[in-house]
Amino acid sequence: MPELYTVKDTGAENRIFNKRLIAASVIIGLLTTALIGRLVYLQVVVHQHYATMAKENSVKIVPLVPARGIIYDRHGKILADNTPSYSLDITPEQVGDMADTLSRLQQLLDIPEEKIDTFKKLYKRQKRFASTPLLMNLSDLELAKFAVVRPYFPGVDIRTHQVRYYPYGELASHVIGYVGRINENEQKQLPEVQYRGATHIGKSGIEKSYEAELHGKAGFAEIETNVQARMLGTLSETNPEQGASLHLTLDIDLQKTAYDALAGYNGAVVALDTKTGGVLAFVSRPGFDPNPFVVGIGNEAYQALNASQDQPLYNRALRGLYPPGSTIKPFIALAGLEYDAIDARQTLYCPGYLQLPGSSHKYRDWRKGGHGAVNMSHAITQSCDVYFYRLALGLGIDHLQGFLKKFGFGEHTGIDLDGEKLGLLPSREWKQARKKRPWFPGETVITGIGQGYWQVTPLQLAKATAMLANRGVWRTPFLVDRIVTSQATKPGPEGNGPSLLLAPEHWDSVIAAMVNVVHSAHGTAKSIGYGIDYHIAGKTGTAQVFNIKQGAKYNEKSIDLKLRDHALFIAFAPADDPKIAIAVIAENGGHGGSVAAPIASKVIRQFLKPQNHETLHENPDPPGAF
Amino acid sequence: MKIQTRPEHFDPPSLLGTLLRTLHIDVPLFVGLSLTALLSFAILYSAGGQEMSLIYRQAVRVGLAFALMIALAQVNPHQFRHYSAILFGFGVFLLLAVLIMGEIGKGAQRWLDLGFFRFQPSEMIKITTPMMIAWLLANRPLPPRSGQLAAATALILLPTLLIAKQPDLGTALLVASSGAGVLFFAGLSWRLILSIVAVLSALTPLIWHFMRDYQRDRVLTFLNPEADPLGRGYHIIQSKIAIGSGGIYGKGWQGSTQSELEFLPESSTDFIFAVFAEEFGLFGCMGLLLLYLAIIARCLYIAGQAQDTYSKLLAGSLAFTFFVYVFVNIGMVIGVLPVVGVPLPLISYGGTSIVTLMAGFGIIMSIHTHKKKWAR
Repeated sequence: MPELYTVKDTGAENRIFNKRLIAASVIIGLLTTALIGRLVYLQVVVHQHYATMAKENSVKIVPLVPARGIIYDRHGKILADNTPSYSLDITPEQVGDMADTLSRLQQLLDIPEEKIDTFKKLYKRQKRFASTPLLMNLSDLELAKFAVVRPYFPGVDIRTHQVRYYPYGELASHVIGYVGRINENEQKQLPEVQYRGATHIGKSGIEKSYEAELHGKAGFAEIETNVQARMLGTLSETNPEQGASLHLTLDIDLQKTAYDALAGYNGAVVALDTKTGGVLAFVSRPGFDPNPFVVGIGNEAYQALNASQDQPLYNRALRGLYPPGSTIKPFIALAGLEYDAIDARQTLYCPGYLQLPGSSHKYRDWRKGGHGAVNMSHAITQSCDVYFYRLALGLGIDHLQGFLKKFGFGEHTGIDLDGEKLGLLPSREWKQARKKRPWFPGETVITGIGQGYWQVTPLQLAKATAMLANRGVWRTPFLVDRIVTSQATKPGPEGNGPSLLLAPEHWDSVIAAMVNVVHSAHGTAKSIGYGIDYHIAGKTGTAQVFNIKQGAKYNEKSIDLKLRDHALFIAFAPADDPKIAIAVIAENGGHGGSVAAPIASKVIRQFLKPQNHETLHENPDPPGAF
Repeated sequence: MKIQTRPEHFDPPSLLGTLLRTLHIDVPLFVGLSLTALLSFAILYSAGGQEMSLIYRQAVRVGLAFALMIALAQVNPHQFRHYSAILFGFGVFLLLAVLIMGEIGKGAQRWLDLGFFRFQPSEMIKITTPMMIAWLLANRPLPPRSGQLAAATALILLPTLLIAKQPDLGTALLVASSGAGVLFFAGLSWRLILSIVAVLSALTPLIWHFMRDYQRDRVLTFLNPEADPLGRGYHIIQSKIAIGSGGIYGKGWQGSTQSELEFLPESSTDFIFAVFAEEFGLFGCMGLLLLYLAIIARCLYIAGQAQDTYSKLLAGSLAFTFFVYVFVNIGMVIGVLPVVGVPLPLISYGGTSIVTLMAGFGIIMSIHTHKKKWAR
């Protein structure tokens, strides 16, 4: 349509445009007037209302932080509590003479000079109407002293905070965990509504894994205050939803027994209720006091904990990786029976070492002269290495790995704690992928006694032991038995995994051999088998920390403490009707039988004491529960 | 039409005057923008907690934006017209690119990372859309016919929907209004305008249906902020308290009590007007609005004086969009419009919007300062 160009009339277009310019100006003018009208309304008509709202002497909306849920042990003892803590706050705007107020306070409460200096720096950065804390965690004495003279100190106020308190300190520090101040990263990810006004969040252990349940939901209140910012009254309130209380399967007395029994060693003890999978004791030693973390542990103290050789912050029970050593032998024996690699009555000759064809390397037995002819029961009872070297060779790594995987080795147990380690169940594929080398038969040999690439966590070991005790029934370990809110009680994460079906006589032979470990004259843990009217089934283990050269002799006394063997012990009891399964690891403890087994024995004996056991079935309501 | 003769032609040529003319700078516009920028530093200092580093960072951005404006003022408006369609097409291509990259990256994506700086294509499209529509309509006599209208509508909707999908409702709104502004200045009949408004209001339930949850929340909060005073209604309530408590004269510079972080969030970005209103009161607000109106008036005057249809439409639309910016931001801060992410132009902290705005003013300056050469 080229003719359209020819009729383009500049004059007419300008008239149209100019009309629209005027219209646009009118629209802009009208809309601006509307804005100004609204501003006049806000700033002149209802100015007084907003001015009073803005000042301190009016309605203020404050978030109401929900009380964090309490954590109880299986008998209702409080493991994590909320206690009030008081701070002394100063609002500069309301203080007449700051220097005078500070010096009078210093005299009254004996405040060190550096706290005054810190306060001076802090409050100058704040606006004059904002309150700044001068002292935290006031003692009862300080509280009382100030309460008497409070009228003479305008602008100085006592504020209440709820502070998390862990009465058992280092005893259960790894499993309960602790709360700490919300950091910048966490702030960004937290749901704004639930966390308004919140200062703390679970940082580890149960406190972290169950943060959503423990925290609750913030409410808010409209509060009227006077010129001194003192509260006059609450106009309306939307109550916060308190966090849920957690009732654990953990028995804090048993935990203490285990923790004390492990004294002198670094290590871990995990005890499970075989009937449910509930965790009875979950010890990682050394522990640490979680309480300083709540109020903010100083950098120096934190560095000291972090740099400590003993790594007290490390949760060994959940994340510690150890070779299982001889404690793996009952599982290997089961594999041998299942795959028909051996018969339980069949004997093998143990000359004290094993040599692979075409190799001069000697895989030695822990007993120098050997055990002679041993059947499976003897091999487990006396922990004969050569028997299991040969059994492992006969099975081959593929069968070995495939069978042990069914006990959950190399996999998460699924416990309700964050940060569980996988461990390592070595396989042909793993070695090819990671080490870029094929699997050697010699590696199968040492896998048979739980050495080599093997890595298990104490929790994995305890879980596998419980599964053995239950004859193949997989109960997932869990800590929280009940989640109790004001409205309802929810059960914890109790559950089962895939069971392992084997012929009953296979279980019988292996369990009988494990009973002999404790109760026969040749058993490696015979020292703990006396004075009880039930049987304990157990297996000792000694895990090498470093390799001894061929031909050299392992001399315990001459060796550096940190390079000594780890002492291990797994057990369950009573053997005919198991109630408790346990795994103990004492780092650099030397011998499983002499060091680790007595620890397990103390825990088992306490748990199975008749009076203790009766209270368990009562399922008592703890005194502090809703 | 009477040719305007400017009085400074008869003055002895001063050094400054010569410099400004050579640099194609329109003095009234330049002065207005500079005043606003200076005002912005003063408010930011107060709203950002007396933090000088904030001011330095913003000063660098403002400096770059002014440099871009002056650079664009050197370009002959013919060039803008000539490249309108290409620039628009390129902008849409970039929008598609970020959208696809966002799909791959699973999440909202607005940025194109060019290594040395990050670039937001939706900002560029704010200027290229009115260029495109102005180019389209200026090819034929005004007012536009139905065919042109259909084409223009499609061309406006394309980038608008792409940006709304990012999702960035505020920018989508600004892009749509920059395109619609051109149609308005081109003489779109009032009957049509009214029927579009009617249809849009009838479509409200449908739009509601397509909104995302957070967008619906914003609308609900706008309708009843008191329903959730700690959640989403918080901004609006706190902002109204800040503005209302400012009164007629305000609490004075740095006197804002409500802009304390705990009371008023986003006090240096989208909600900076609340701090301004609290500190400078009603008089201050009216002063700021007057400053904005003066800038807009100068732009509209330049649009009126422009000598070709393309320039007129483009300058008019850019000026109108600038007003939409001001109106939407202040409207949401004082609680008469829902909260959409639109900054207070030239004042809010942040770099992307100011660069685009100044680019627009650069084009307007170019239209004005190249006029006489072209007329003769």
